[in-house]
Amino acid sequence: MKEIVNEGLRLRPKSAGAKLRLEPELLIKIHNNMVKARVLEERLIRMYKQSDGYFWIGGPGEEAFNIPLGLLVKKGQGLDYDFLHLHYRSAGIMSTLGMEPIDALRQMKNTATDPFSGGRNFSNHFSKRAWNVAPVASTIETQYLIAIGSGIAHKRHGGSGITIVNGGDAGTAEGDFASCLIWSSRPGNELPMLIIVTNNQWGISTAASTQHGEKSITDRAKAFGIKNAIVNGNDVEESYLALQEAMNYIRKERKPFFIESRVSRLYGHSSATGCNLITEEEDSLVTFEAKLEAAQILTRKEMDQIRENYNAEMLEVSQKVKQEPLPDGSTIYDHVYTGQKGKYW
Amino acid sequence: MATLVQAIRMALHYGETHLGVKDIFGEDVGPPLGGVFTATQGLKTSWNSPLDERGIIGAAIGLGLSGSRCVAEIQFCDYIYNTIDMLKLGGMQCWSSNGDWSLPMTVMTPVGSGIRGSIYHSHSFDATMTHIPGWKIVMPSNPLDAYGLMIACLKDPNPTMYLKPKALMRVRGQEQIPGEPPLTPEGEKQLKEMIDAPLGDRSQWKPKWPEGLVDYTVELGVGKTVREGDQITVVSYGRTLPICAQAADLLREEGISAEVIDLRTLWPYDWNLISESIRKTGRVLFVNEDTEVTNFGEHLIRRTVEELFYHLEARPRLLAGAFVPGVGLADPLEMASTPQLASITEAIREVSAERA
Repeated sequence: MKEIVNEGLRLRPKSAGAKLRLEPELLIKIHNNMVKARVLEERLIRMYKQSDGYFWIGGPGEEAFNIPLGLLVKKGQGLDYDFLHLHYRSAGIMSTLGMEPIDALRQMKNTATDPFSGGRNFSNHFSKRAWNVAPVASTIETQYLIAIGSGIAHKRHGGSGITIVNGGDAGTAEGDFASCLIWSSRPGNELPMLIIVTNNQWGISTAASTQHGEKSITDRAKAFGIKNAIVNGNDVEESYLALQEAMNYIRKERKPFFIESRVSRLYGHSSATGCNLITEEEDSLVTFEAKLEAAQILTRKEMDQIRENYNAEMLEVSQKVKQEPLPDGSTIYDHVYTGQKGKYW
Repeated sequence: MATLVQAIRMALHYGETHLGVKDIFGEDVGPPLGGVFTATQGLKTSWNSPLDERGIIGAAIGLGLSGSRCVAEIQFCDYIYNTIDMLKLGGMQCWSSNGDWSLPMTVMTPVGSGIRGSIYHSHSFDATMTHIPGWKIVMPSNPLDAYGLMIACLKDPNPTMYLKPKALMRVRGQEQIPGEPPLTPEGEKQLKEMIDAPLGDRSQWKPKWPEGLVDYTVELGVGKTVREGDQITVVSYGRTLPICAQAADLLREEGISAEVIDLRTLWPYDWNLISESIRKTGRVLFVNEDTEVTNFGEHLIRRTVEELFYHLEARPRLLAGAFVPGVGLADPLEMASTPQLASITEAIREVSAERA
């Protein structure tokens, strides 16, 4: 799917964006990707509700943070590039990296054509070796352990590639999060890692305030001498600039940086909690669009048109996906091992 | 005449100099100790990690995904249990990505009883590990195989689990590892002086590795018949294997001809070797020291019954560890908890004598 751009956007007044901290072209690009990611998630939810998938979990509400992150990733395969150890709210990062939305829909429909798992895994459980995206697991926080390994490899390799790991706030109760802080900050062996927690203040149905006494998660990073920042993850510009600063630091200094991004969870935890829009939480896309409109970077009409175009394209590809075959049951032993198959071979 | 642990050390040295191993790590794996059983002394890529088993396995997975081959050690398998979901994840990276990712990595950990290790240094892990798909699992019973199996693990593109029978760590081999000094008392002393770190200050010590070490590989999935016989098949691995061979030698004097198979690789196991032997003898005893309920030997019995039922002349048997929470420290407790020479000998007698 190509990026949908309204041709009329080039006729902006010269003063457009004067009060904003990022260039208008970049803001438009971010907005476009935010809309794409949001429409993608809404389409996935719709597919679930129409029984075109067994389960939905995703990240609507995290776009203001995740799209800037996706834009700043050094994408590629191998240690010259960034490694990503993501959790299941990262569709915005993947679509910004260039993932075709149809592929996310294929995973939701668990078709044989699902390029991430061949119909084996839940929606938003991505994996793409060509972009150093390690397989996403449903296990909470284990990605913080696996990220240590690519962090070590990046440290030894040198260059500017870094390891990026993200997860939610509830999972920080697992010891694996502490492990990541410890291993990434060993004296003399600090690792070039961007450690992110997107804090939506919920763990499924349990409020963080009922389980966590720490004032902020960054306090835990501070204890290990890790540079850190709390970011309003609903603010595009703040997120972009904080990520840019952190990633520049890591790429240059080869040391860890921790970001706690405070975000919204707009459709609840997953389909297990209904996946209905929660209107009480701030919608970063609404906030951002109001800014863009006020700064005369985009008009309401233009933004509506972009969303309408993405809606139409997502609908079209979802209909295509519905026609695609499911994996054959005879393939269950495929890829248990690299280069080998068979029950007991 | 290398010990089993010296064989592992030499194989790891070969791995880091010839097979691309970049990290050998775990708790006390690096200098000055070089592992609590000395398996990693003198290795140039060895280093100490935080005391964090989940971190160790996670780091190994991440290194493997990054294309950086490593060997991670869990100091005793008794402490690997809190990493079970990490081992599950390691075993599914290739499968869950539908073949997109490979995960070359090796985990090694000492297992089993035999050193009076009490409750938390005597556990076995083969029953649990063989429940986790996606791994290849080995357990040597002698130094030559210890070397060759490690080389095989280090060349495999999949996660490999190397179980070290701790009771056999100091046992010397009867077969020469290619490149090691001669199998004489002088050769034994020479090897010790070359690669064993001295007691006391080791800060200036450097090993002198045998120059003739080679790519000697014991192919994964290939067992070995260590005693030939035609009346009963005994299948074992690790600590109990040499005891089974000893029992077979004793029983030969009683006229019982036992064939003893060293499985060497638990997954994938050498079913051809097992089944051919059972077809010949009609009787089989599986022996290992992990707890007997949902034991790996039970799987082998199930397959024996399903595929070889009409070749059997007696009920297939499993002799394994008692189903108790741990191995008690006192000598009588340990001896009663795991198969020993007397119980193995008696079990072979019983199966051999059972009337069809």
